Amino acid sequence: MEKILTQNIDKPNSQDIKVYLDGGGYKALEKALSMKPEEVIAEVQKSGLVGRGGAAFPVGLKWSFTRREHTEPKFIICNADEGEPGTFKDRIILKNDPHLFLEALIIGGYAIGASQGFVYIRGEYYREIEVVEKAVEQAKEKGYLGDNILGSGFSFTIQVYKGAGAYVCGEETALIESMEGNRGAPDCRPPFPAQSGFLGKPTAVNNVETLANITAIITKGGDWYSKIGSPDSPGPKLFCLSGQVNKPGVYELPLGITLRELIENYGGGVRGEFKAVLPGGVSSSLLTDLNVKLDYKSVAKAGSMLGSAAVIVINKDTSIIDVAKNTVEFFAHESCGKCSICREGTRRGREILSRFANGGGRAEELDLMLELGEVMYDTACCGLGQAAMNVPVSAITLFRDEFDQKVRK
Amino acid sequence: MSTTSWKTEVDEVIKRRRKSKEALLPCLEAIQEVSSYIPQEAVSYLRENLDVPSIDIYGVITFYGMLTTKEQGKYAIRLCNSLPCDLNSSKEMLKVIEEELDIKAGEISSDKKFTLEVVPCLGLCDKAPAMMINDKIYENLTEETAKKIIAELKG
Amino acid sequence: MFTLTINGEKVTIPEGTTIMDAAKQVYINIPHLCYLEGLEPGYHCRICGVEIEGEPRLAPSCVRQISEGMKVHTNTARVRRARRMIVELLLANHSIDCPTCERNQVCELQKLAFELGVKEVRFDGEKPSYELDETSPAIIRDPNKCVLCGRCVRVCHDVQTVSVIGFVNRGLETMVSTFMENGLGNVECTNCGQCIHVCPVGAITEKSAIDEVWAVIANPEKHVVVQEAPAIRAALGEEFGLPAGTLVTGKMHAALKRLGFDAVFDTNFTADLTIMEEGSELVKRVKEGGVLPQITSCSPGWIKFMEHFYPDLIPNVSTCKSPQQMFGSLVKTYYSEKAGVDPRKIVSVSVMPCTAKKFEAQRPEMSDSGFRDVDYVLTTRELARMIKEAGIDFASLPDEPASELMGFYSGAGTIFGATGGVMEAALRTAYKLVTGKELEKVDIEPVRGLDGVKTATVNVDGLEVKVAVTHGLGNARKVLDEIRAGKSPYHFIEIMACPGGCVGGGGQPISFDLALRDTRGKVLYNEDRALPYRRSHDNPSIKKVYQDYLKEPLGKESHHLLHTKYTKRERV
Repeated sequence: MEKILTQNIDKPNSQDIKVYLDGGGYKALEKALSMKPEEVIAEVQKSGLVGRGGAAFPVGLKWSFTRREHTEPKFIICNADEGEPGTFKDRIILKNDPHLFLEALIIGGYAIGASQGFVYIRGEYYREIEVVEKAVEQAKEKGYLGDNILGSGFSFTIQVYKGAGAYVCGEETALIESMEGNRGAPDCRPPFPAQSGFLGKPTAVNNVETLANITAIITKGGDWYSKIGSPDSPGPKLFCLSGQVNKPGVYELPLGITLRELIENYGGGVRGEFKAVLPGGVSSSLLTDLNVKLDYKSVAKAGSMLGSAAVIVINKDTSIIDVAKNTVEFFAHESCGKCSICREGTRRGREILSRFANGGGRAEELDLMLELGEVMYDTACCGLGQAAMNVPVSAITLFRDEFDQKVRK
Repeated sequence: MSTTSWKTEVDEVIKRRRKSKEALLPCLEAIQEVSSYIPQEAVSYLRENLDVPSIDIYGVITFYGMLTTKEQGKYAIRLCNSLPCDLNSSKEMLKVIEEELDIKAGEISSDKKFTLEVVPCLGLCDKAPAMMINDKIYENLTEETAKKIIAELKG
Repeated sequence: MFTLTINGEKVTIPEGTTIMDAAKQVYINIPHLCYLEGLEPGYHCRICGVEIEGEPRLAPSCVRQISEGMKVHTNTARVRRARRMIVELLLANHSIDCPTCERNQVCELQKLAFELGVKEVRFDGEKPSYELDETSPAIIRDPNKCVLCGRCVRVCHDVQTVSVIGFVNRGLETMVSTFMENGLGNVECTNCGQCIHVCPVGAITEKSAIDEVWAVIANPEKHVVVQEAPAIRAALGEEFGLPAGTLVTGKMHAALKRLGFDAVFDTNFTADLTIMEEGSELVKRVKEGGVLPQITSCSPGWIKFMEHFYPDLIPNVSTCKSPQQMFGSLVKTYYSEKAGVDPRKIVSVSVMPCTAKKFEAQRPEMSDSGFRDVDYVLTTRELARMIKEAGIDFASLPDEPASELMGFYSGAGTIFGATGGVMEAALRTAYKLVTGKELEKVDIEPVRGLDGVKTATVNVDGLEVKVAVTHGLGNARKVLDEIRAGKSPYHFIEIMACPGGCVGGGGQPISFDLALRDTRGKVLYNEDRALPYRRSHDNPSIKKVYQDYLKEPLGKESHHLLHTKYTKRERV
């Protein structure tokens, strides 16, 4: 498969706009500006591209919802608050090919009718922030940002926002709250950001990797793109492989390859004996079947979630209870604390799992955790709370024996 | 760490971003960058200039992991303990660093040189276990390299 | 209009209605905790979740709006399971000491646990162990009981616009606190106590003086005198099962006598006195070109608010003390002389609908009698508790009067408890002071009722006197900002910190229902209509105190005992 997302990252000085332009950069923007915004959106819809940040929402649909709104001004935000444990793909693009997603952000702004774009980058990504800020300056100098871009009449500016250390701000409504100067607590949806987002105005929020697909779609067409990967989940994906695997890293591969292929052909195999894997970071459920295809539908059918494709490999030497405890502790720490079910659910989930980890588990608390998982899914305000118990619940389902052994006699 | 240094930064941010609540997070980050923490006077200054109640500003500071009203050590060590790093011996790294510095996670060393924190995923999972010290990344840690890094900073 | 189905029943309801409000049309009150009418919804508690056909998760009915063809189910097994588990989790993190808790029987968490059939708390682990915030002399915060519903934050920010409490930290450490966790006593808290009314549990309560008052009553060496504010008689009955809107003046006095107070007087007497002084002050300012508009000063919540946020307007504020404090100044001077009691033996107690009065009583300058003018302040709730503790059958008590010396009052005095009451009372007397004639139509309707800012123009012998009345500090800002901008058209403004006026004060029976506050206010207007004297200057006890002691309004004695100064207070 020809590389689309990582085509530039190995070039020397790949962040420099000169290198980007030499490789054909900003031609997609030129083309987009010669099309009608609705036509741009139609191409993206044809491509079948879904969000790469975890929620997998169809991008063309999101842009069309935002385009539909009549309120001004509109905004488009690039979500670079990469924080899901096991995810480190957006960093590659931010640091090594910033113009790839910046060009797409400008195209997206044009498509939805926004004149202001933002990039919200997590605060810990110091180098990446510097690179992106410089890239924005370069784009401005060359006339790809500012007034009347390429004589099209379209004006657009980009401002960089820095996060300050809160995983929950990767959730789009929490991200918007953060930009508005508030605590990053997610909002109730509906209304969705497309209707009422930043400052109450129509806003589209897109992940870095999602945007990195746009220029190829515009240049080569949505039809072409839809044939890559698998029919239900077209396109390439940046798979992040980490955990107990021999060659961790970011791999650009078509959606639909199997877990086995990813881990063995690219990841150098499991370090030790295979036990389980989390296909979509700590928000997803455990899988033990290596034949599962890594695309959104197949992983969902197998009872898990592909999300951002943060594949974390776990070997037989690792206690699954420790894994479950680690993930719930993460969510307890990162919960915004606003909704009672998430805050109190992760608090007690953490306690119960600590008891099991220390050999003092109570048998009745296993079914209690399963019930808690269902109620959290049913009632939590955002994806964090809804997914927080996925790992423990799947751990109990797949490895009940391990838990039974830790019940206090 | 004089008052004037963070004040200049804040005024700069307000000039660039306009006097509004949307300038709050950038202002706080600017203060933190210059002073390594956010002094109480800075909050009052922001209250006056952005017209945001002090409790709301304090609520924002205490929400975000990278902002604090407490004085920090010269070196802020952030060791990741999320799952990929945990699967790759981050707990052992923590023990080593705690021993080298004679403090526990969440504490500041007696000479005020080091603060140690365990933090969630830093996006360095393929180079686990990993940590950051101020804005520098240290990856693929081993017991030896961790000891060496701390020793160098101890001076 | 949308047509939708709720629990199988078809209803047609206006667009923009929430599911929670829509459900009321089919006789369903969806259980909830963080939602409170009168405040913006918080959607924190997640208890109000309902099933909507076709949606994967439960929807929060307090914010979710209805749509055409929506099919809602409010009482499925899934919904019941979710509600119970959330309440279980809240109880697991709550300091459960119902029998000794201030809010026993008046607690929404208790009610939910009981009504939702929660029979066990299966989550067993660490309980919170925060320190209490006792930095304020009026209000105590107990974070160990806080359910993080956010209502107190919303009322303080959105209604009162004081904004001193908010959410801090994140995740498991989330809590409601003050700036730098310095405590209510060290920030701009006005002690208005509206947070107490909206708190569903016992996380915010008043600092109690009950035990101290029992001790002085029991002490034979002490001569304990009590005064009670107008708003008490309009609401005290609610604590004893009497219907809202029952006037209980006589029973109130009867109960106080039986509690053992040596002298039972009435703050309404000094409300009349306040009118004499403040009316005279207003006339003086108008005649001599003094600072206008003049703003009333009997609400200590408003005064502290002014000292923090509008200290530049101190010259506008009347120098009159509040009725509570005027009473306090006279107890250990005028009364002690008349009764022949050594002032050092006198303990001065007040019963107030107000938590800020506890702050007011301990202001250093409130000691013009040579002693602390008011030693202890009890809220309406505290008085009710004492009456119950003594086993007194309040509802059956006969009506008894207060002692006349400092307990006889006019209708103008009693309406102080309602928003607009002070204004109306003042106009009745100011009219006489300016024109020498009596104001015939003593009922001044435009200043009554619940509108946030009420205005009226009264023709006083050719002079068009413009007045404004506000209640709730958020509304107060409107008239204050106008004064600051030099655009205020008014001569006289009444400001009360609490929505509804004192009948909605922080010390009243727990309720944030404005309709109830309006009902309580009407009780006082009714009492006014039935009293023999309706104007403060006609009150014989008032004539007597000037004749025998104070000499004249704004005179030397009055100035010494009945007027005060204000202090600019810092912002944090």
